[in-house]
Amino acid sequence: MIETSIDIAKTSTGKSLRTEEMVVNMGPQHPSTHGVLRLEVVLDGEIVVDVIPHMGYLHRCFEKHCEHMTSYQQVIPYVDRMDYVAAMTNEHAFVVAAEKLLKIEVPERVHYIRIIMAELQRIASHLIAIGTFGIDMGAFTPFLYYFRDREKILDLFEMTCGARLLYNYMWIGGLSHDLPPQFIDKAKEFVRDFKKTWKEVNDLLNYNEIFIKRTANVGILPKDLAINYACSGPMLRGSGVNWDLRRDDPYTLYDKFEWNVTVGKGEMGTVGDVWDRNIVRQNEMWESLRIIEQALASIPEGDVQKAIPKRIRPVPGDAYGRIEGPRGELGFYIVAEDSVTPYRIKARAPAFVNLSVINEISKGAMLADLVAIVGSIDIVLGEVDR
Amino acid sequence: MTAQEIHDILKSQFGDAVLESKLDGVPDPFIKILPERIKEVSAFSKNDERLQFDYLMCLSGVDYKGKLGVVYHLFSMTHKHKIVLKVEVPTDAPNVPSVEAIWKSANWHEREAFDLYGINFIGHPDLRRILLPYDWEGHPLRKDYEVPEFYNGMRVPY
Repeated sequence: MIETSIDIAKTSTGKSLRTEEMVVNMGPQHPSTHGVLRLEVVLDGEIVVDVIPHMGYLHRCFEKHCEHMTSYQQVIPYVDRMDYVAAMTNEHAFVVAAEKLLKIEVPERVHYIRIIMAELQRIASHLIAIGTFGIDMGAFTPFLYYFRDREKILDLFEMTCGARLLYNYMWIGGLSHDLPPQFIDKAKEFVRDFKKTWKEVNDLLNYNEIFIKRTANVGILPKDLAINYACSGPMLRGSGVNWDLRRDDPYTLYDKFEWNVTVGKGEMGTVGDVWDRNIVRQNEMWESLRIIEQALASIPEGDVQKAIPKRIRPVPGDAYGRIEGPRGELGFYIVAEDSVTPYRIKARAPAFVNLSVINEISKGAMLADLVAIVGSIDIVLGEVDR
Repeated sequence: MTAQEIHDILKSQFGDAVLESKLDGVPDPFIKILPERIKEVSAFSKNDERLQFDYLMCLSGVDYKGKLGVVYHLFSMTHKHKIVLKVEVPTDAPNVPSVEAIWKSANWHEREAFDLYGINFIGHPDLRRILLPYDWEGHPLRKDYEVPEFYNGMRVPY
């Protein structure tokens, strides 16, 4: 049919059919951009020729705010609001960087609680990532299952520090509260229940024929490109790079636990495609459960506020601390002068860096696949824009 | 490889371009580089067999009051060693060669430093504002920045 119509077009005008490139704006308000992101897409028919992201719609200049604080501890509520679906992780990264700068040793119990919270937060964040990604691909049910279980994690956080979204829980040198007495039992109960959901949704979503057709061999990110663009987290591991900061540049006490780094193997298509990035997130949740189980079983006693300094006035200097967040390498670069106010804080947001590769991996894809690619990068615009 | 060994390799290769360094007693050892030579030094540190700094963790602009700085946090995936490179340029002529051609991740970081500090990265293919609106005036993270009264008819200070 199509060939005949082209022939008609040729004969009626005397010229061959010519197509023009078209610019389509995806966003700032578009369900698949997961926030306020505008993608300027240059299309040739339905094929993506170029993608130019425009962001900054959520820019609050968090870094400038930090330069007006009267204490380093006051920065923590601000970092919460960067990546608002994984606030615990942001706090963790900031306190790791600040403790490196201030040379503070925290008690072992604090490390254990931080690891439990960080891993619960990683699961909560991946539940959103996979759930909403499923919706993008037309699967609604996994989203409901995953949000039901995410609620249980938020309940655990609420029980511990009173907040469900933005916690202000990890402080430099310690924690705002110790664990409540019933926490360990509730957390064990969650781990047991979630293992069932994990298996159910894994079969329901990741090995669903339609889902595989939409995601396999789409948005392939080769290994070298991933490293050159400094991608991190599931983006990097999805491309087959066996790399995890928790194992390869250990912080807190991750080297005490037994768990595996999951990497993309190209099971359904090519290594580094959208399906691989998604399955890395899925499998990472299982490994997080293993870490939580071990940490809950061996958590030591101690005072969680013992090492919190009364007044923070660092020696002038700078430090860069990084941790493995749900989205990848989350780092804070802190420059200190002889003052109680931070001189300069730069956040290295993993979503910001991961998003920069979008142009490279979307060229030649269909417009509908661009939705899959954006979903698989797992961006949180609060963190991209800061 | 220790910071001292990395420093020695760079010093023997580039001599005067390696200015000063602090390698002990600080959280992250750093080496100051002559701004004009930063691109060469970066290319060498990425391609040299012994160094192989293939991963640019972070690139930050800093205002040192009177001078602007760019801080490069490098990491090697192969050797798992780190180093920090720093350059300093005068605030009235903040020109730094771009390292975008060496590490693609520098692209957006440099745009951010240009946006918020006004550092001009020479050779950057697409030096536009990234976080602020394209018609914003000034560079907010500079220490002497003053918030404008109005932006497009909207009152800015609250």
